Amino acid sequence: MSIERPQGAMSDPATWVTQHGDALYRYALMKMRDQTQAEDMVQETFLAALKARDKFAGQSSEKTWLIGILKHKIIDHFRKHKREQSSDDIETLTEQLDQQFDHTGHWEVSLARWQDPDQAHENKEFWKVFAACIAHLPDHHADLFILREVKGLSTEEICKLLDISTTNNMWVMLSRARMRLRNCLDSRWFNHDNQEVR
Amino acid sequence: MLSCKEVGELLSQGLDRKLSFRERLSLKMHLLICKTCSCYEKQLQFIARSARRLMQSNRDGEGIPPLSEEAGARIASQIKQQLDDNKEEKTA
Repeated sequence: MSIERPQGAMSDPATWVTQHGDALYRYALMKMRDQTQAEDMVQETFLAALKARDKFAGQSSEKTWLIGILKHKIIDHFRKHKREQSSDDIETLTEQLDQQFDHTGHWEVSLARWQDPDQAHENKEFWKVFAACIAHLPDHHADLFILREVKGLSTEEICKLLDISTTNNMWVMLSRARMRLRNCLDSRWFNHDNQEVR
Repeated sequence: MLSCKEVGELLSQGLDRKLSFRERLSLKMHLLICKTCSCYEKQLQFIARSARRLMQSNRDGEGIPPLSEEAGARIASQIKQQLDDNKEEKTA
């Protein structure tokens, strides 16, 4: 190809994956749940960049520009998740949790202790159940829990990414996510036998 | 006196921010006399430990892995496809 490349112009898109693939993927992986999702984000970013190539002003480096697009793609992804969860669903789910307490805010049923829980960490089956329980959370709560506890992002970063208006809201949501996760682990792992007898 | 429901939320928040002295004090008082909340506290801590462990194993396992060759090839071919489509549009 003999197209002249003025300063600040883009490199040949055919070389993008080799040049920037790893950097974009690693960035995506820090925020996405799994490899597949991160790969999808990278692909979407390159394809969007291809369409918007003319708009690249060369003021930033090519990589910075691509990361900028990736950031938007990730935010879009989380927004979509949030929209998919109707507010009715959320309300029903919240009610379920509230039923664990009586009207004065005391536990309706006392919780069963988990015997030597850390032993479970050595069991591969436990990690499957743990992942399944996270996957079982309402999408938005699962995103939140993963970003906070597994990816270790800061509160501010999470609020921005998930479009949560106040940190207070975030705490309430996290508290619900944790309680739901507790209930799931309780019935699917720690007190599995009790449940079957019942 | 805090209700168990409020204690549950504070216990969760304690994992995300530093609680005030007053909050810690009222938590402690409640946990001393409430078995179920103490149990809940231990379970939340266990969940946090598990998540940290998951984070650690994600990191240690392969470090942060690069894009797999397979995915790289797939994405590259998508890019090529779109480039070709663009060219056809222009020549058409």
